[in-house]
Amino acid sequence: MTMIHKNEGLRAWLLSEDFTSPRQARAHKAYVSWLRFSSNPLAFGGLLVVLLLVLAAVFAPWVATHDPLAQDFALALKPPSAEHWFGTDELGRDVYSRLVYGARTTLYIAILVTVIVGPIGFVIGAAAGYLGGWVDTVLMRVTDIFLAFPSLVLALAFSAALGAGIENAVIAIALTIWPPVARLVRAETLTFRKADFVVAAELQGASTPRILFRYIVPLCAPSVIVRLTLNMASIILTAAGLGFLGLGAQPPMPEWGAMAAQGRQYLLDAWWLTAVPGLAILLVSLAFNLLGDGLRDILDPKHV
Amino acid sequence: MSDAQPLLSVRNLTVAFPSLQHMLPAVRNVSFDLGREKVGIIGESGSGKSTTGRAIMRLHPAKTRITADLMAFQGRDLLTLSEREMRSIRGHRIAMILQDPKYSLNPVMTVGEQIAETAILHERLSRREARLRAMEMLEKVHIRDPERVMGLYPHEVSGGMGQRIMISMMLIAKPALIIADEPTSALDVSVRQQVLTILDELVSGNDMGLLFISHDLNLVRSFCDRVLIMYAGRVVEELRADELDKAQHPYTQGLLEALPSLTEPRDRLAVLRRDPAWAEG
Amino acid sequence: MSDTDLSPTGHEARWQGLTEALRKVLTSVGVILTTLIGLLVLTFVIGRMVPADPVLAILGDTFDQTAYDRVYQELGLDQPLYAQFFHYVQNILHLDFGQSNVTKSLVVDDLARVFPATVELAVLAICIGTLFGVPLGVISAVRRGTWVDHLARVVGLLGHSTPIFWLGTMVILIFYAMLGWIPGGGRIDLYNDGLVEGPTGMLILDAALAREWEVFRSALHHILAPALLLGYAAMAYLSRMSRSFMLEQLGQEYILTARAKGLAQPAIVWKHAFRNIRVQLLTVITLAFCGLLDGAVLIETVFGWPGLGQYLTAALFYADMNAVLGAVLLIGLISILINLLSDVVYRFVDPRTR
Repeated sequence: MTMIHKNEGLRAWLLSEDFTSPRQARAHKAYVSWLRFSSNPLAFGGLLVVLLLVLAAVFAPWVATHDPLAQDFALALKPPSAEHWFGTDELGRDVYSRLVYGARTTLYIAILVTVIVGPIGFVIGAAAGYLGGWVDTVLMRVTDIFLAFPSLVLALAFSAALGAGIENAVIAIALTIWPPVARLVRAETLTFRKADFVVAAELQGASTPRILFRYIVPLCAPSVIVRLTLNMASIILTAAGLGFLGLGAQPPMPEWGAMAAQGRQYLLDAWWLTAVPGLAILLVSLAFNLLGDGLRDILDPKHV
Repeated sequence: MSDAQPLLSVRNLTVAFPSLQHMLPAVRNVSFDLGREKVGIIGESGSGKSTTGRAIMRLHPAKTRITADLMAFQGRDLLTLSEREMRSIRGHRIAMILQDPKYSLNPVMTVGEQIAETAILHERLSRREARLRAMEMLEKVHIRDPERVMGLYPHEVSGGMGQRIMISMMLIAKPALIIADEPTSALDVSVRQQVLTILDELVSGNDMGLLFISHDLNLVRSFCDRVLIMYAGRVVEELRADELDKAQHPYTQGLLEALPSLTEPRDRLAVLRRDPAWAEG
Repeated sequence: MSDTDLSPTGHEARWQGLTEALRKVLTSVGVILTTLIGLLVLTFVIGRMVPADPVLAILGDTFDQTAYDRVYQELGLDQPLYAQFFHYVQNILHLDFGQSNVTKSLVVDDLARVFPATVELAVLAICIGTLFGVPLGVISAVRRGTWVDHLARVVGLLGHSTPIFWLGTMVILIFYAMLGWIPGGGRIDLYNDGLVEGPTGMLILDAALAREWEVFRSALHHILAPALLLGYAAMAYLSRMSRSFMLEQLGQEYILTARAKGLAQPAIVWKHAFRNIRVQLLTVITLAFCGLLDGAVLIETVFGWPGLGQYLTAALFYADMNAVLGAVLLIGLISILINLLSDVVYRFVDPRTR
C-alpha cells in the first residue's frame, strides 16, 4: 500500500508545475522530456537500436557465433542456415560474426570522429562567433573552403593521400565533418553573445574563457548534441562509402562497407553477402537519425 | 433598421485551448453587443482580449474549442457556418487589423498586390480594376503618391505607413465590422494619432462597427464610445467611455489609479491589485 | 501626412543603389577568389601529403642517382614550397592537370571526356528530386500529422539513411538479375555506342537533336535506374527541407492576415507561404546538387557509368594521384560555381536583398 502511494507521490511531484525549488524544476523538465521522448515510438526505437549496436560491439566475442577471421574454403558461399545465420562469404567466413565485429569498427569510427570533431568544431565556431572581426572572417573562409567539396569526395581525397587504413579514414572523415559543426556553434554563439546576461557578465569583468565556458557552451550544447547525433548517421554512411571503395578498414578486419563491396562479385549467387551488411548500415544510420530527431524534439522547443 | 439589431451579438463565449492534460479556457463567458459604434476591449496580456477577437472570426486552429450561447453577426450565427461561408465573411463583412505591419504583411509581395488581392477575392474585380481601387484606398488613408507606393515592398515602408496599408487592405472590400487588434501598439507615439484619425474617419464615414482591442486605457477612453474591461478571460466591467471615472469594479478602478496624470500629479502611483476572486466573476 | 515616410527617391537613391550593388558584387567576387585559392591550396597540400615518392612513381624500380636528380628537378621538387605552389597554380590556369599514370593521356582530356556523362546524370537526378521532393514536403507541412506527412517523413528518413551504393546494388540485383527490366550498367548498349557524337556530350539530348530514336531509347533506358536512385536521394533531402521551411512560414503573422482576408488554403499555401520559401529552396537545391556529386561517385561505380565519379574511383584504385586530384579539383570547382550561380539568382529573386 505504501509503495503505491510513494510512487504516485514521486510521479505527482515530478509532474506538478508548481515548483518549490530549482531542483524540482529541473527534475520536472527532465522527466517531462523523457516522457515526450519515450512516447515517440520512432525515437525510442532508434535509441534501442543504438543501444543494441553498442552492446553487440562491446560484447562481440560473446554475441558472435564464430571467429570472424576463420577461413574455411569448403564452406564458402553457403546460404543462410542454422549453423551460419547469415551464410558464409567467399573465404568461408561466417557473415553474422563478421557483422557483429563490424559493429565494433563502425562504432569505433563513429565515436572517434565525433570525439575529434565535437571539441574542434566547438572551439573554432565559438572563437569565430565570440571574437568576431578578422578571426571570424579567416575561420569562416577556411570553413567555406572545406565546405566547397562534397563530403565523400573530400574524405576520398584525404584518404587517398594519407593511405588506406582505419585511422586515416577517421582523420579523413573528421576533416569533412567539422565545418558544419563549427558553423552551427558560430551561429549559436552569435545569437547568445548579444544576450543581455552575457553583456552583463562582460561588464562585471568576467574573463572571456569564463564567459565561453559558463555561458555559451551550456547554451549551445543542446543543438550541438542533436547535430552530432544526426552526424553519426552520415559518418557511418561516409565510412561505409570509403570501405566500399577500398579505403578505410583494410582486410581482414570486418567492415560493413567493404563486406558489401566484396559481395558484389558474387551478387547473383550469394546476394546475401551484399544485402546483409548494407541492411545493417541502413538500420544503424536510420536509428541515429531517429534518435537525433527525437532529441531535437525535446531539446529544441523552437523546432517544428 | 440597423439601430434596432446590433451588428454583433455575443453571449457566453468560451474559448479553450488544449494543453498537456486538459483544455485551458482563455476566454470565459464573455458577453457583449456591438452596433455601429466604437467599442474598446481593455485588458492586460493574457486577459483574453485578442483571443476573443480571433474567436469571432474563427481564426483559431482546429483544435480550439469555441462555444457560446450566441455569436451572431448581422443575424447569422457565426458558430454554425461552414468554413467556406466563414471565408466569404472574412475580409468582406468582418475584417481584422493586426498589430505589427513588419510581421503581418507578406514580405515578398508588393503592397499593391496585397491590397488588390482582397478586392479581387471578394468582389471579383479584374486586376486593373482592383489596382485602381487599391490606389483609391491608399488615397483615402492619406498616402501621397499611391502609384509609387503600390510597387513597394513592406520592408521599404515605415511603420505608420505599413499600418495604413494594412487598413486599406482590410477595408477595401467595405466590411461592416472591423476588429482592430492593438493597431497602434507597434507604432511610434507620434504616428499613433495619425493612424487613429484615419481609422476614425473611415469607420464613421462608412457607418462601420469597430472592436478596438488594446492595453492602453488612455488611448481607448478618448477614442471609443464604450469600453469593456477584461481580466483573466472574463469581462469584469462594461462602461461608456465618458463615464469611466464612475467605474465600480475594483480592477477598473485600479487601472485608472495606476495611470499617471499631468493634471493631477501624485507622488506615488498606485500599484494594481489583483484579486483572484475577480477571475471567478 | 509627412513625406518623410517614404524612402528617398530619384537620382540620389539610384546612385546609392548602384554603389551598394557594386560593393556587394566585389565582396562576392573577393569571397569566391579566396575560396578558389583555398581550394587550390587544399588540393596542393593533399597532393603533397601522399607518402609515395612521386619521382619513383615515374622512374619505376631501376634508376641511378643522376636520373633521380634530373626528374627531381624536372618536377620542381628542389624549389621552396611556395614556388612549387605558384607553379602548380600556373599549371592549373593553363589547364595542365598533369598526366594520368593509367590512361597515359592528359588528365584534363580525360576529365573533358567523362565530365558530360556526370552532368547528364546529375541534372536529370536533380530535376526528379525537385519535381517530387518539393511538393511532397509542402503538402506534408500543410497536412501535418496526416498519413501524407508520415509517408513523406518515412521517405525522407529512408533516403537520408540508405547507403546509396547498397541500394544501387540491390536495384541491379532485383531489376536486372531477377527481372531483366533494366540494363546491367553502362551508359548505352554496345550496338548503339558511338553512333551519336553530339554537341552537348549528353547522349539523350544529342540523340534527340539528331533524331536517332534508337540511340535515344537506349540511352534513356540506361540512365533510368541511376538517375532515379540519385533523384530519390535528392528528393528525400528536398522534401525534408521544404517541409521544414513551409512549417516555419505557416507560423508567421502574415499567414494570419491572409486567412483574415478570407483566402482559401491553397491560395495561402502557394501564393503566400511558398513565395517566401522560394529563395531558401534555391539554396537547398544547390546544396542537394553538390550532395548529388557525392552520390554520383558511388552510383557511377555501381552502374559502371562512365562519368567523373567512376573516373575518380578507378584512379583511386590505381593510385593515380594526378587523376584523383584533377577530378577532386574539378568537383570542387563545379561546387563553387553552382553556389555562385545560386547566389546571383538569390539576389534577383528575393526583394529584400535589393
